[in-house]
Amino acid sequence: MKMNGARMVCEALIAEGVKTVFGYPGGAIMNVYDEIYKQDGFEHILNRHEQASVHAADGYARVTGDVGVAMVTSGPGFTNAVTGLATAYMDSIPMVVISGQVPLSLIGTDGFQEIDAIGISRPCTKHNFLVRELSELPRIIKEAFHIAKTGRPGPVLVDIPKDITAEIGEFVYPDLVDIPSYKPTIKGNKRQIEKAVDAILKSKKPLLYVGGGVVLSNASDLVRKLADMGGIPAVETLMARGVMGAGNPLLQGMLGMHGNYSSNMAMSETDLVIALGSRFDDRVTGKLSEFAKYADIIHVDIDAANIGKLVDVDYPIVGDVYGVLERLIAGLEGRVNRDKYSDWREVLERYDNLHPQSFTDSENVIKPQWAIERIGELLGEEAIITSDVGQHQMWAAQHYPFDRPRQWINSGGLGTMGFGFPAALGAKKGAPEKTVINITGDGSILMNVQELVTASEYKIPVINVILNNNFLGMVRQWQTFFYEARYAETDLSYQPNFKLLAEACGGIGYDVATKAEFDEALKDAIAKDRVAFINVAVNRFENVLPMVPAGGALYNMILDDQQKEK
Amino acid sequence: MADKTRRVVSVLVENESSVLSRVSGLFAGRGYNIETLTVAPLPNTNRSRITIVTKGSQRVLEQITKQLHKLVPVYKVVEHEEMVEKEMVLVKFPIEENLADIQALCGAYNGGIVNVGTDIIIGMVADEPFRIKHFIEATQRYSPIEVVRGGVVAIER
Repeated sequence: MKMNGARMVCEALIAEGVKTVFGYPGGAIMNVYDEIYKQDGFEHILNRHEQASVHAADGYARVTGDVGVAMVTSGPGFTNAVTGLATAYMDSIPMVVISGQVPLSLIGTDGFQEIDAIGISRPCTKHNFLVRELSELPRIIKEAFHIAKTGRPGPVLVDIPKDITAEIGEFVYPDLVDIPSYKPTIKGNKRQIEKAVDAILKSKKPLLYVGGGVVLSNASDLVRKLADMGGIPAVETLMARGVMGAGNPLLQGMLGMHGNYSSNMAMSETDLVIALGSRFDDRVTGKLSEFAKYADIIHVDIDAANIGKLVDVDYPIVGDVYGVLERLIAGLEGRVNRDKYSDWREVLERYDNLHPQSFTDSENVIKPQWAIERIGELLGEEAIITSDVGQHQMWAAQHYPFDRPRQWINSGGLGTMGFGFPAALGAKKGAPEKTVINITGDGSILMNVQELVTASEYKIPVINVILNNNFLGMVRQWQTFFYEARYAETDLSYQPNFKLLAEACGGIGYDVATKAEFDEALKDAIAKDRVAFINVAVNRFENVLPMVPAGGALYNMILDDQQKEK
Repeated sequence: MADKTRRVVSVLVENESSVLSRVSGLFAGRGYNIETLTVAPLPNTNRSRITIVTKGSQRVLEQITKQLHKLVPVYKVVEHEEMVEKEMVLVKFPIEENLADIQALCGAYNGGIVNVGTDIIIGMVADEPFRIKHFIEATQRYSPIEVVRGGVVAIER
C-alpha cells in the first residue's frame, strides 16, 4: 500500500501492538503528528515536557514488560529526551523513541532545531538509527523494537528527517528481523551450569544475589523456587525489590549502601554468591576488595560484558536468567534439601535480630519511614510504587512491603530526579486497575511538576506523596556525615504551596502534618480518583540508615541504633 | 595499577555511516586507550575491518572485546595473538640529502623511494610497528621534513 513516511510510522507502531505513545509535537515531527491525528490505532498522551514523555514510556515499559514508546521533535525536543533515554539505558528498559530530524538536505548545515541526535544518544541508547531513505523506514522500526526487547533490553532511538515522513512510498512491514551482526546469547552454557550446580552442592553458605535482570526476564517465580527448594537465603538489589516477596523468610532484605544489616553481613560472609541478573554496581558492592571476600561467584547475566567487569567470577554463565534458572533448578532437583543450610540461615537470623531494619518512630512528627510503611499497610500488594531519587527512594526501598516484581519502579542506575511522577503516569496507563503512588521528595517533585497538567487532562489519577523535609535530603545527609554539616544549597525551605499548586493544575492537594491527617488524605485521594499531591511534613533531619559510607566495606555500616546513642 | 598489555584487535563491522563513531566513541566513553586505528572496506562485501591497537590491563582488554561485541553493527571481534602485523610510514626528505643513502635505508626496512620531486624525496616503508619506530629514528640524520604513519593492520596467521 502506498502512503507517506509519517503514516508508515503510525502503521508500524500499530503493527507492533503499541497502545499508548507519549510525546510532544514540533516542527520536524509534525508530519507524523498529522497522521496520528487521523488514526485511532493507539492513544497519544501529550506530556508537558519531552523528558516526561520518555519517563512515562519508561514507566509503562517497566510495569507491562512491553516496549514503551515516546515521540519527540528535533533539536530541543530531542535533547530534552536525552535524560529519559539515559535513565532507561542504565536500567535496561525496552523502549523505542522516535525523534524528528531536519530534512536530509539540511543535515549538517546547523539548520533550525538541528542537533546530531545520533551522536548525542549513542552512549545512552542500546542502538540508534538515522533513517536516510524511506524504503528503509519499516525495516528500521521493526529492528528498533526487536533490539529494544531482546538480549539485554534497552532504549533505541529512531531519528527521522522531515522529508522522509513526507515522501510517499510502498509500505510493507516485515514479519521477521534478520540482523546478522546481532545475535544475543540466550541459552547458558550447559557445562558451566553443571559446574554451578556442583558449586551450590558443595557450598555451606550460599547466597542468592538477585538483581533487576530477574525482573526483566520475568524469572521471579523461578528465583523463589530455587531459594525455596534449597532453603537458600537471598538478598535483593534496589532494582529487584519484590522478586522474593516481602514476607519471604529467606529474603534478608536489600543489600548495598543502604542495605540492612543481615543482607550486608550475608554478602560479607557467604562462601558462594549466586548472582542472578545483577551487575555488581558500586552502590551494591562498597569496597570491592572486601566484597564477598570469602566467596566463589556464580554470575548469570545476559550481557557478557557485565561478567568479570568489576569482580572476578568463578562460574560465568552468559544467558537469559529464566532459562538458566530452569536448568539450575533441574540440576539441583532431589539433591538439595532445606536442612543443608540451616546453620547458615540461623547465623543470618541472629544478625537480623541484632540489627533489624528499623527506625525510631515519633508521636509528634511524621517519620518518613512511618508514612511509607503506612502506605504499605493500607495498599500492600495492590499498589504500584514509583519513586524519585534521594532519601525517600531509599526509605521506600527499605520499608515498603513489595510482594511482586514490577511493583517497584525507580531510576536505580542513573538516579534521575524527576523520574517518579511521569513514570507513575506511564505505570497507571500500563496498569489502570492498580493504585499508583509516587513516593517523592520536595526536591524531586519540582523536576517534572508540569505533569500535573498532563495527569489532569487525561484523568490519570496518580497520587504523589511528597515526603517534605524542606531539604535536598540525601545531599543534606552526606553533608551532615561527611562535610561537617555545611548545608551548601540543600535547604529547600523556600517552597511552593504544594496544595495550591496541585489545585491550580486541576489536581487535588493535601497538607498533612499528623498521622491521622495522613491516613485521611491518602484514603480521600484514592476515593477521589484524581491526580493528587499529599504534602507530608516529615522530620527534617531524619537519615537513611543503615549506611555504608561510599567506598567502605559492606560490613562497616552506620546503624540506626548507633545514631540513637548520639 | 595493573600491568598494561598491548593488544591488536580487529573488528568486523557493517559498513554503515556511523559505525566508526560507535567504535571510537565506545573507547572514549569508557576510557579505553587507542594507539592506532585503521579502517577500510573489505572486498566484495558490505563490511569493513577496523584494526585497533590498544593497551590495558587484562580486565580492560576483556571488557574492550565484550563491549565491542555488544555494538549492533559488529559482526566479529578478533583479539590477535598469532599474527602478521604491518604498519606503513611515509617520510619526506629535502632533495639535498643523499638519495642513495635514503634508498638503502628504506630498503633495509622493506621499503623504497616512492617519489622524487624538484625539492623533495619521499620514502615509504611497511614493516612491523617496532621496526617502523627504529626506521623513523634512523631517518633523523637525513633531516626529515615530515613523517606520516599509517596505523597497524594485522592478519591472523
